Amino acid sequence: MPSSIDPRLLLLHDGDNVVVARSRIPEGETVLIDGVDLPLGAALSIGHKLARRDIAMGEKILKYGAPIGSATEVIPRGAHVHVHNVKSDYTPTHHLLDEQAATSGVPS
Amino acid sequence: MIEMRGYLRSDGRKGIRNVVAVGYLVECAHHVAREIAIPFREDGVHVIGFPGCYPNEYGGRMMEQLCTHPNVGAVLLVSLGCESFNKYALERAVRASGRPVKTIVIQASGGTRKSIEEGRAFIAEQRAILDAAPTVPMDPSELVIGTVCGGSDGTSGISGNPAAGRAFDLFVEEGAACIFEETGELIGCEHIMADRAATPELGVELEASVAKAARYYATLGYGSFAAGNADGGLTTIEEKSMGAYAKSGTSPISGLIKPGDVPPRGGLYLLDVVPDGEVRFGFPNINDNAEIVELIACGSHVVLFVTGRGSVVGSAISPVVKICANPETYRRMEDDMDVDAGRILEGRAGLAEVGQEIHDLVLSLGAGGRTKSEELGHQEFVLTYKSFEPIGPACLPAA
Repeated sequence: MPSSIDPRLLLLHDGDNVVVARSRIPEGETVLIDGVDLPLGAALSIGHKLARRDIAMGEKILKYGAPIGSATEVIPRGAHVHVHNVKSDYTPTHHLLDEQAATSGVPS
Repeated sequence: MIEMRGYLRSDGRKGIRNVVAVGYLVECAHHVAREIAIPFREDGVHVIGFPGCYPNEYGGRMMEQLCTHPNVGAVLLVSLGCESFNKYALERAVRASGRPVKTIVIQASGGTRKSIEEGRAFIAEQRAILDAAPTVPMDPSELVIGTVCGGSDGTSGISGNPAAGRAFDLFVEEGAACIFEETGELIGCEHIMADRAATPELGVELEASVAKAARYYATLGYGSFAAGNADGGLTTIEEKSMGAYAKSGTSPISGLIKPGDVPPRGGLYLLDVVPDGEVRFGFPNINDNAEIVELIACGSHVVLFVTGRGSVVGSAISPVVKICANPETYRRMEDDMDVDAGRILEGRAGLAEVGQEIHDLVLSLGAGGRTKSEELGHQEFVLTYKSFEPIGPACLPAA
């Protein structure tokens, strides 16, 4: 139901379990995902992903209708989905500033 | 209607620029080459070169394809003298293409100062001739266009890359040759890509090229993924791949080529930049410019460069059009960006509209227009060691 998605978020494919921020969303706001208001744990940068529903450990992350990796832990609906809770099924991701990326993706 | 005009070359191809290429044949000749070009930096004189002293077939072929690129009108080669590069073969190939060419051997000319004087005199003479050269009408079907993405983030695959893909669809329809690349950034997309191949045999080759890339990068220990990609919201190589793949548009895939192979006719081509055989010389794409140079060596008149984080690069020989996927980045770096594709994310434009804008902008480059990176004087260039086997018969099925 794309109509019940926050206009600041983008659902790229009906089968996806993540949605993408189309603009920066400040800390403390709530976002609407599939008709449910969810509090945002931290500010979200443009292009970053949130879980559209609860995702089990080991479950595939689906974006563009395609698998883009696997969850390394349980990811609750509305949580930031990124390098701290997802791994590639091909080659490991090289990244810096782990802690920052894990919490928000917003440069301090 | 935008009327393009080009410089007609002896092989029938047309160039949208009439550049003098100054090519150093080993790093030891780089300074002299750069000094020769400095007074002409606003006048279409571009420095390219191969830095290594050991022989390399790929390096020699790349230099030949670049020196005989349709955007090049004359060539000055700068050799130290004792390097392994076959300057005679390169000079012969350039001369056979009908272009004026001169080789300066620094050890024979008497050193730095004399070589610089000799080189500048040649360029001044050639520049005057090239500036008076006639042009002929040029059709979009005569264009070769490459695309690459760099400094990608979570917006690249949503706005910039699909918009570049729309532009590719328009050009393929008009009969142009369009090249997308970096099989290391198509990891995870190999099966859906193979379904678009013109023949099943080509589909097998496309899948094999991505499998080769996955093996190659696994050996090196890093995927084609920079730390900034993660900051920008990209989590895995397969996520980056899905976004990068969107640059290819929706046309059927006509062929698989390797660096230096010029597409034989219009259509959509995948450029395989990952070396063949065992891992010998390191990363297939040490940076974005390595890929841009390979696209240009395949005859690209223009390269479309999609960025989210914000790249500033241009290139020697062919103009680079920078398409900014991220609206925040565009506002911060507008002076470097040719297209604001982030409008799509903010609901200020549709994909089709931005795709058409990219298409028209490319045509305008053939009608006297210049890119932001050209205005700013960007002429990045890098070329390193690689080794390839020639493509097999299944890679270019007959039309």
